Amino acid sequence: MFKQLPLDQPDSVEIVLNGQSLQVPKGISVAAAALSNQQNFTRTTPVSGKKRAPFCMMGVCYDCLMIIDGKANQRACATYVRNGMHIDNQEGVGPAMEGISNE
Amino acid sequence: MNKHYQLLIIGGGPAGLAAATTTAEQGVSCAVLDEQPAPGGQIYRAIESIPAQRAKQLGSEYLRGKKIAAAFRESNAEYYPDTKVWSLNKEREVGILQNNEANIISADKIIVASGAIERPVPFPGWTLPGVMQAGAGQILFKSAGIVPDNGVVLAGSGPLLLLLAWQYLHAGVEVKALLDVTPLGNHLTAMPKFPRALLAHHYLTKGIGYQIELKRAGIPMLFGVSELRAEGEDQCQRVCFKHAGKQKTIDSELLLTHFGVIPHTWLTQSADCKHQWDDSQQCWRPEHDEWGNTDIEGILVAGDGAGINGARSAEHAGRLAGFEVLFALGVISQAERDKQAAKDRKWMQDERHIRPFLEKYYQIPKNLLATADDKTIVCRCEEITAGEIRQAVRKGHDNTNQVKFYTRCGMGPCQGRQCSNAVAHIVADETAMPVEKMGHFRGRPPVAPLTLEQLASLKKDALS
Repeated sequence: MFKQLPLDQPDSVEIVLNGQSLQVPKGISVAAAALSNQQNFTRTTPVSGKKRAPFCMMGVCYDCLMIIDGKANQRACATYVRNGMHIDNQEGVGPAMEGISNE
Repeated sequence: MNKHYQLLIIGGGPAGLAAATTTAEQGVSCAVLDEQPAPGGQIYRAIESIPAQRAKQLGSEYLRGKKIAAAFRESNAEYYPDTKVWSLNKEREVGILQNNEANIISADKIIVASGAIERPVPFPGWTLPGVMQAGAGQILFKSAGIVPDNGVVLAGSGPLLLLLAWQYLHAGVEVKALLDVTPLGNHLTAMPKFPRALLAHHYLTKGIGYQIELKRAGIPMLFGVSELRAEGEDQCQRVCFKHAGKQKTIDSELLLTHFGVIPHTWLTQSADCKHQWDDSQQCWRPEHDEWGNTDIEGILVAGDGAGINGARSAEHAGRLAGFEVLFALGVISQAERDKQAAKDRKWMQDERHIRPFLEKYYQIPKNLLATADDKTIVCRCEEITAGEIRQAVRKGHDNTNQVKFYTRCGMGPCQGRQCSNAVAHIVADETAMPVEKMGHFRGRPPVAPLTLEQLASLKKDALS
């Protein structure tokens, strides 16, 4: 859906998005990285399991929740890429924190 | 970071930055709490780091932000980026979250410069991936140089649509169509406001200029569009609508919509500031005087968070709030305040000239605000449809908060930011009552989701 315009500064970081290693520009949001790498949806909803993607990109709609470095429910539009970051689509409420059950 | 400041400013857009610069210059201890990684707010997002070429594509109004950010950086105001504010109370205590750690700090005066959010208007298909708000498209462009690669349909109502179409045109993006849902009748009802708008003709000529350029570029611009919907299986594939009496379809995997902007009032609501319904702007906003004072001692508002007046006005409002704080803290006299504020007050009035016309012209019709289609999801988080809300009203839950308790509408992670207005309009429509009588969702701290772990990280002395 989206593409990256040519950059003046080629500074980039390496992230792992849904298992795939990618070079993305430094300083962009996780949501921007996902959208510009053909990741058209980023979560499924807890209620009906429908696919959703970033919607407002300014931190108010909470539709871009993803699992970032193992932590669920992170706003992808308000989290910025770092070298070595692991990002995964979130299914429903996502995995619970270690030692806590989802049930 | 100190535990207490003379002034805390929430938000790093034009209003917050101008207020900080004005007060810090006079030696007031002042800190700006900003959720973003750099100054500029949404309007001047990435203003300090944007490559020159991209800045040019965004237009001259955007570049104005450079001066504001530079003046702020030169001042002695402290700046805390990546700082989430999750509560504000009458005692002027501010709950913040930085690096996953919660803290509570306080101030003698608070200026809430929380800015605006896109007015969420639920329509069929608005939850599909590939349907986003126009502001989101602009943020991707400003902050990351990311633009649609397979074309885009822009739809809705308001000047931002024209601007975004123009910006995309200059970035080489295919704009498949611009669908304007503004009712054609608005042209007539807005006419009485037109003479005053001529006093701000630079805005009018800019808007007309964009339209001419878009037309020359062959971008289809359709006016009087209705019955807008996005269709597709798990992804937007088609944009469907009615135009000139006919149903039409455009294949597109991306639809960006805009229905104007409204103040982001969750913090002022949680502080229990008095809010009023603004019929012209079709939104709730905190009550305030011309300096930005709310009804709560020591809490001021400035910029679009106080009522929608645009980026330039926000800058002046920020300075006015700054002068008022300087006066209230005894740094300057009342006469000094009035003298220093004279220019900003005048400029702010000049900026107001265009507003009554714009507000009438881009008035969103009631059937869109009150989500006519019963199957449409209104609460994106809890997935509650317009039909379920209407059912609740028919069972006797006849105000916004009742509907929230009964249906869970507004109880998800966004805390009602996306559905509050629509719920109020639906309840008003069903009960045939004015929307201002419906009330807004009661905002309570934390106004942003906070984990128990983060809350438990509060330092011992934070809760004195």
